[in-house]
This record gives sequence, structure tokens and C-alpha cells, in this order.
Amino acid sequence: MNVKEIAEKLNLKVLSGASGLSNEISFGYASDLLSDVMGNAKSGEVWITLQTHKNVMAIASLKDLAAVILVSGLQPESDMAAQSDEEGIPVLSSSEDAFTLIGKLYELLKK
Amino acid sequence: MHFEFQVEGGNFSKAGTASSQLKKILKQLNVDSRDIKRVVVALYEAEVNVVAHAYQGVIIIDIDTEKIRIRIEDEGPGIKDIDLAMQQGFSTASELVREMGFGAGMGLPNIKNNTDELTVTSEVGKGTNVHMLINFSI
Ligand SMILES: Nc1ncnc2c1ncn2[C@@H]1O[C@H](COP(=O)(O)OP(=O)(O)OP(=O)(O)O)[C@@H](O)[C@H]1O
Ligand SMILES: [Mg+2]
Repeated sequence: MNVKEIAEKLNLKVLSGASGLSNEISFGYASDLLSDVMGNAKSGEVWITLQTHKNVMAIASLKDLAAVILVSGLQPESDMAAQSDEEGIPVLSSSEDAFTLIGKLYELLKK
Repeated sequence: MHFEFQVEGGNFSKAGTASSQLKKILKQLNVDSRDIKRVVVALYEAEVNVVAHAYQGVIIIDIDTEKIRIRIEDEGPGIKDIDLAMQQGFSTASELVREMGFGAGMGLPNIKNNTDELTVTSEVGKGTNVHMLINFSI
């Protein structure tokens, strides 16, 4: 499933990085600890977090992640959005909290 | 091949720049993507440690067909107990740095897990040297 399909199914807003909407999503990784994501996320995964600063995009790019989903209606800081556009890694926003969003996402992505 | 990058302590907006440039270089050199992944994790963590914990540093990289050797040498407070610092969960990161999601105490363990050789040396009040080596898989 690609980023655009997930965004439509889960009613997510595309906040930046729209050029990456066709990125394929392999699975998801949820964490707000950056070194945890650095060590354990796998390429092609979508990252669910409440961190909204630029270092999120540095990690998403270095790890070849498909997209980032911010939960609870959070918005990216402007330099995070700018880097998302540059890298073509979409930042999406969900109005739902992490538990609810991740539960739905898991149903869509589980193998 | 030899490359050097400067790292500014405290400047989180530039954290990861050297790692990103090295990733591009390794791709151009057609290094196996699994090896690139290991290098990127290890260098990023060492780079962020200079940003989060030290004043300034330099990254010195030497690449040949078989391996990559990276040295990160910083001027900073140094590490009092290196064995303790290597343990997962140990962190002296400031409250501000933790709020950003750093400070899990997983950076040095991530470096250890992704390198074939790792040596950390440090002098309290002067700085820290991290030397790592990754053998390419082909
Ligand atoms: N370059 C450095 N200069 C001074 N102290 C350091 C340096 N690198 C690591 N340390 C010390 O070692 C501790 C553990 O480092 P490690 O990278 O494992 O975790 P962290 O940086 O605190 O958090 P994380 O990497 O998970 O964001 C640090 O909190 C710090 O006390
Ligand atoms: Mg660290």
C-alpha cells in the first residue's frame, strides 16, 4: 500500500512532502525516541510519532522511511516541513491519538 | 578515499549533515545497501553525540574497497566512565535534549551493534575520540 492510499483510508492530512505520496509502505514503527528509531526502524516503514522538529526528517531520510505520521493533530515545525518537501518524504497528520491511529494502521499493514 | 567534516556542538538543526553526505558518497561508490545502512546508523549517532554532549568536533573518514574507518574527535566535557556510557539506557542528556526525543541512552549501543570494531577513548575536561571500523560485505 502506498502513502496516498493510507492517507485516504485513515483520513490523514498531507502536510508536506506530497511528491512522495507514491512511496510504498512496508510496515510501521512507532516511537518518540530518536535513537530507538535509528536503531530499529526498517527502510520503507512509516514512522508514527509526536516529535515535530527537523531531526525527524534527517532520520527519516537516513533510514529511507516512507513517511512520517504525526498524531493528535500535531503540526511540523516549519523547517521540518521544508525538509520533508526537499526529501520527498511526506509528513501526514492524524487528529486521533497514537493508540487509536496505530491500531487502525496495524490492521491495514499487518502481513 | 579521504573525507573530513566539521560538527558544531549544540547545533541540532545541522545534526546529521555529515551522515547524509556520507550516505550519498557511499551510494555513488556502489557500496552494498546493507553496509550503507550500518555506516549511516553508526555515524549519525556519533555525530549527534558531538552535537548533544560536546562543543565541537571533526569527523575523519577513510574508505577503501574493503572497509570504512571513521574517527570522530571532539572537544568537550569527555566521558568519566566509558563502560557505563556504553550501557543501554545511560544518559546525561539535558532536559531540553530529552524533550526532542534524544537521550534514550541508545546511541552508543547502536554504534556498537553496527560496527565491526569500536574504540571510545576520552579525557575528562578535554574531549572524546570515537574510532569505528566497518568491513564491507563484498
Ligand atoms: N562525544 C561525547 N562527549 C561527551 N559525552 C558523551 C559523548 N558521547 C556520549 N557521551 C556520554 O555517554 C552517554 C551515552 O551516550 P549515548 O549516545 O548512548 O546516549 P545519549 O546520547 O545520552 O542518548 P541517545 O543517543 O539515545 O539520544 C551520554 O549521555 C553522555 O553522557
Ligand atoms: Mg547519543
